[in-house]
Amino acid sequence: MRTKQLTSSFGISALAGLAMGAMAAMSAPAMAQDTIKVGILHSLSGTMAISETTLKDVMLMLIDEQNKKGGLLGKKLEPVVVDPASNWPLFAEKARELISKDKVSAVFGCWTSVSRKSVLPVFEELNNILFYPVQYEGEESSRNVFYTGAAPNQQAVPAVDYLMEKEKVQRWVLAGTDYVYPRTTNKILEAYLKSKGVKPEDIMINYTPFGHSDWQSIVADIKKFGSAGKKTAVVSTINGDANVPFYKELGNQGVKAQDIPVVAFSVGEEELAGIDTKPLLGHLAAWNYFQSVETPSNSDFIKAWKAYTKNDKRVTNDPMEAHYIGFNMWVKAVEAAGTTEPDKVIDAMVGVSVPNLTGGYSAMLPNHHITKPVLIGEVQENGQFDVVSKTPGLVPGDEWSDYLPDSKDLIADWRKPMSCGNFNVKTGKCGGKGS
Amino acid sequence: MRRALRWLMALCVVVATSTAAYAADPRAIDLRPLVQALGSGGYSGTEKALAQLSEAGDPAAVPVIEALQAGDLHVRKADGAVVIARKAGDAFTLTDPLTRAALGDAPAAAVEKIRINNALRRAISASLGALTLMSPDAGVRRSAADAVFKSRDASALETLSAAIAKEQDKGIRAAMEQARAAILLTGEAASKMTDAEIQAATDTLTARGDRDALVLLNMVAGSGASDITKRSAAAAVSTLEQKLAFWAALQNLWYGLSLGSVLLLAAIGLAVTFGVMGVINMAHGEMVMIGAYTTFMVQEAFRAYAPGLFDLSILVALPAAFLVSGGVGIIIERSVIRWLYGRPLETLLATWGLSLALQQAVRSIFGPTNREVGAPSWMSGAFELGGLTITYGRLWIVIFAFTVFAALLVALKRTWFGLSIRAVTQNRPMANAMGIRTARVDALTFGLGSGIAGLAGVALSQIDNVSPNLGQGYIIDSFMVVVFGGVGNLWGTLVGALTLGSINKFLEPYAGAVLGKILVLIFIILFIQRRPRGLFALKGRSVEA
Amino acid sequence: MLLRFFLMGLDRKAGIVLTILAILAVAVPVMTLWVPADSPFHLSVFTVSLLGKYLCFALLALALDLVWGYCGILSLGHAAFFALGGYAMGMYLMRQIGPRGVYGNPELPDFMVFLNWTELPWYWWGFDQFWFAALMVLVVPGALAFAFGWFAFRSRVTGVYLSIITQALTFALLLAFFRNDMGFGGNNGLTDFKDILGYDIQADTTRVALFVATVAALALSYMIASGVIASKLGKVLVALRDAESRVRFMGYDTESYKLFAWSLSACMAGVAGALYVPQVGIINPSEFAPASSIEAVIWVAVGGRGTLAGGILGAVLVNMGKSYFTGALPELWLFALGGLFVAVTLFLPKGLLGLWGQLTAKLPRRNKASPLPNAQPANQTAGQKGA
Repeated sequence: MRTKQLTSSFGISALAGLAMGAMAAMSAPAMAQDTIKVGILHSLSGTMAISETTLKDVMLMLIDEQNKKGGLLGKKLEPVVVDPASNWPLFAEKARELISKDKVSAVFGCWTSVSRKSVLPVFEELNNILFYPVQYEGEESSRNVFYTGAAPNQQAVPAVDYLMEKEKVQRWVLAGTDYVYPRTTNKILEAYLKSKGVKPEDIMINYTPFGHSDWQSIVADIKKFGSAGKKTAVVSTINGDANVPFYKELGNQGVKAQDIPVVAFSVGEEELAGIDTKPLLGHLAAWNYFQSVETPSNSDFIKAWKAYTKNDKRVTNDPMEAHYIGFNMWVKAVEAAGTTEPDKVIDAMVGVSVPNLTGGYSAMLPNHHITKPVLIGEVQENGQFDVVSKTPGLVPGDEWSDYLPDSKDLIADWRKPMSCGNFNVKTGKCGGKGS
Repeated sequence: MRRALRWLMALCVVVATSTAAYAADPRAIDLRPLVQALGSGGYSGTEKALAQLSEAGDPAAVPVIEALQAGDLHVRKADGAVVIARKAGDAFTLTDPLTRAALGDAPAAAVEKIRINNALRRAISASLGALTLMSPDAGVRRSAADAVFKSRDASALETLSAAIAKEQDKGIRAAMEQARAAILLTGEAASKMTDAEIQAATDTLTARGDRDALVLLNMVAGSGASDITKRSAAAAVSTLEQKLAFWAALQNLWYGLSLGSVLLLAAIGLAVTFGVMGVINMAHGEMVMIGAYTTFMVQEAFRAYAPGLFDLSILVALPAAFLVSGGVGIIIERSVIRWLYGRPLETLLATWGLSLALQQAVRSIFGPTNREVGAPSWMSGAFELGGLTITYGRLWIVIFAFTVFAALLVALKRTWFGLSIRAVTQNRPMANAMGIRTARVDALTFGLGSGIAGLAGVALSQIDNVSPNLGQGYIIDSFMVVVFGGVGNLWGTLVGALTLGSINKFLEPYAGAVLGKILVLIFIILFIQRRPRGLFALKGRSVEA
Repeated sequence: MLLRFFLMGLDRKAGIVLTILAILAVAVPVMTLWVPADSPFHLSVFTVSLLGKYLCFALLALALDLVWGYCGILSLGHAAFFALGGYAMGMYLMRQIGPRGVYGNPELPDFMVFLNWTELPWYWWGFDQFWFAALMVLVVPGALAFAFGWFAFRSRVTGVYLSIITQALTFALLLAFFRNDMGFGGNNGLTDFKDILGYDIQADTTRVALFVATVAALALSYMIASGVIASKLGKVLVALRDAESRVRFMGYDTESYKLFAWSLSACMAGVAGALYVPQVGIINPSEFAPASSIEAVIWVAVGGRGTLAGGILGAVLVNMGKSYFTGALPELWLFALGGLFVAVTLFLPKGLLGLWGQLTAKLPRRNKASPLPNAQPANQTAGQKGA
């Protein structure tokens, strides 16, 4: 009886064979077309959709504009949009799909560090290019990734400098969401502040979970910490979603920027769009771009963005500018290399310089980070930032922080012959500190 | 100083011609170059001119400084004159800052705003304080005293003493005296004061008794002042800190109550759909979100058609959100849930699917980014109650949560509708036999639960993101509250919400926010072991599975 | 004895499942490694990894179906065991990186180096040995499940109360693993693995080998699960699912039976997680998210609860759909997925396998003994009736 059942089941196995065939067909390379495909790997659903959807739109706009200018190398660009759904393993899967199935020439994507970490091995294995547009913690440099967002020295350190000089801050609250970017940034800032003579008891570090929504006690703690008789400031690395309730609570509890200024590294125009900013007048943010910057290229960009989204209220923000820079760099490098083949483009990228939106030129450095101006802005009543300070020149991105003991001897240089992401200047070897 | 003089002279030449008309008023001539200087030299130039303006001590400068504070002060690009420009349609209406004479209209491109930063904002409130100490308006005098207290500007000391001598109002005089004490203790004057004077000054500050006083006393205790000053300040600090620690404990209690009432609001709708009806409603969070988006829509309508009545928008949003969320709930019940009664675990799957679809629907309609929901003026800000800081927003949410709870209780216990709900959930066939239209009651009950979730959305829109993910953040907490309190018991939900809120806030200072939350979850797990049916378990035969 | 145990569970359905798995285990390596790339029968490594991932989820669904379908314990926290197994494997893989991390520290993983850890925390000891990690893959989820179940079942926590506290469990673990102080890499989790047992983790052969291992694990787990169910123990489990009090009154120690199935299921979930991690290349706390557990429940429901094979089918189909729709309909796929769940609960209360059963039931059958137990036990299991 049993054997009979087993044999009868072989009929079903034919079905399985069919499914396998379908699988094989699904993975077969897409029909070759005469377009250059560009992958867009931003979450359109889940928790990160709130930030990343905008970046998908801006990429579509940039590609659209490029096509109107005649495309690239005589071919049209074709965007390939996928939704990794704020799910980190799905990011890796989708990256693999974009590269090996859709045969894209470059990918623009990711927001969180964990999504970048998740796709990194895929890009290295399949040798493709990722443009990563968000400010991050540094401590990484990959041959296949171009980091167009700020490294900590392009955001955090200048902001703290500003507060020390202009606001005479002596006491610091480092408040962040408990994940790697705030942890690393705060480590760097702690070391930096101590090197500037700030005493350990004048630094308070506080971590909260993702999406934290009840800020009553923490804001009260900040007020308490700020009542020690020294000028106090809050350095906030609080992540996206949690910012709105945080600022609402600050506003309600009457923490004024004139008394305890809050400088944020993850709060841009998009985040402020959800808050009534009147009580927040004067709180600060440090970025490499603000919508309020008055340059002709920026006003063109804003106009194009509003026209593209057909929404007059849409704002622009720093990661959008990073994609703008990254995309233009890629276009220039592809034109210089005469091909979209990743190896040649990667080599052509270093040294490429394109105009940014704040009136200067950003250049790709050998460590795959870029030069950027650092702007400090104060929140205005209309939800925009007023630039109160701008670094005189451009700041080159420093991937290995000088303020962390294990990374201060490391540098990255992807030009030949060094071609190394973690070269140790002390030992003269590639491969980190230990070997 | 010399540089400033050179500034002055240069400016005098520039403006001499234009000011000739006002030469009759001696003060105007005096101030005009200073006002003019506000518009040049960037932030530092403005700050310098502001300092001189307030040193001049002329109340005529007050409207100018106020205009600067409000961001109305502009530089006319054509001639570099500093003017007050207020937006009127696309253009600006210009007035002279000192004489208030109308200067006609100018397009937006013809004027440039004099921008201010935090340092300037501080300087502005300091100088406004010093200049308005003698104002006839009591409210202005009070805020002036507060401003001087904050700025501790030694140059205001003389005016302050004069103002104290003249002041009739006890409260304002006390505030002024505190400001004076603050200046005396932190300024250079402290070294020349007698011990008794120092003691008197610290006593004045101790009597003030709030955190600002503590800031000052700490500053004095840690400064380079004389030993006696330091000692008396340190003694005052420890008195104050004890007092503040007591209030901090009370404050924590309030935070617990406030968090508890947020949890209560989020959970109470679930207590109906899940607790009373037994539907594991995973789309509950989305009902909350729909309520929040309804608030946004109502506010948009108010912004467009009746901006003057904006403060009432929340009151209109409440019934609107109840109806919209309730309506969506009824549609869901009629189309999906009613086929699943008696299969509660499958309602979980179906409502989970619905919640995904609803989130995406909102994302498609409103976009994935946060929407701004404003707070009406009666819900913004905070007030002090003893040493407690109570924000109006939270206070209203606490009141609102309890009101909704009471109303629901009354509805279930005292109305015919509530009677039918209870009848249907307790014995469906019998209720049916008695002539209750059970299908309709089911739909209305689910609608009620969803509508209450919508009300919660209105309240939560005041303290949290209004984004498609709003509901996700509360769904787990809501289930914890209902289960902790005991499924099917409204009082359990109330006690559960307040208990979990308080425990959370009690743990947070010691364990931190993350660990605190973990501990609460572990507490719930252990608690359920002790009382497997929650805090207020239903008793009787129907309970036992 | 053992053989008898395994054979006991082999009915016709098991035959189908095991045959398909056997075909997969043979055909996939051949199609990937030996069929030339331009042949229509060539399978890319990408597809292999994808299939491997689906089968890991299938194993999780199988584990969940064992407790939900046969003991009536609806776990909304099964992903926790999956993730714990994954972390155990991830820790082994992290240790295998050795001095190849960006800082070149032979001892500490990168995330510890830049957060200034000076030495390896004690709970990382031993994970450089594969056998130890493999043991932990079973022991950690198993022990947690045992402890949790021991308390919960003794206290007779049932129905939704049990479901919600399993959710509290996974939520607490989620928050704990997010904490960087825990030493598990915080939100970034564990990534950038280099090799496993000395083989390059990105090599095609390794991937295929991992896939075959997953197929083997799934087949073995299936046999164990169906063996358990076909045994006397399985009869008691089904009985206590349908009427726990009656079984208790008959003198059975229901808690122990439940505890056994529950812990076994957790171990299976742990194995699924351990196989999942090297194939997707990352383990991060979001695997603990309550939503992932709920999704696993949905796979089982879609496939058909209480059928074992249904969980496997549901997991593979739903995830294939997710992979396809997130690429093809990035803006609309949530509607598709959400709609699917609603449709399945409304129109296919017994899942896809139930549909198969309904369709075939109308035809004359040779085999009367339906292997499908009542996929819809009485609603008492929900413990509702405050309800």
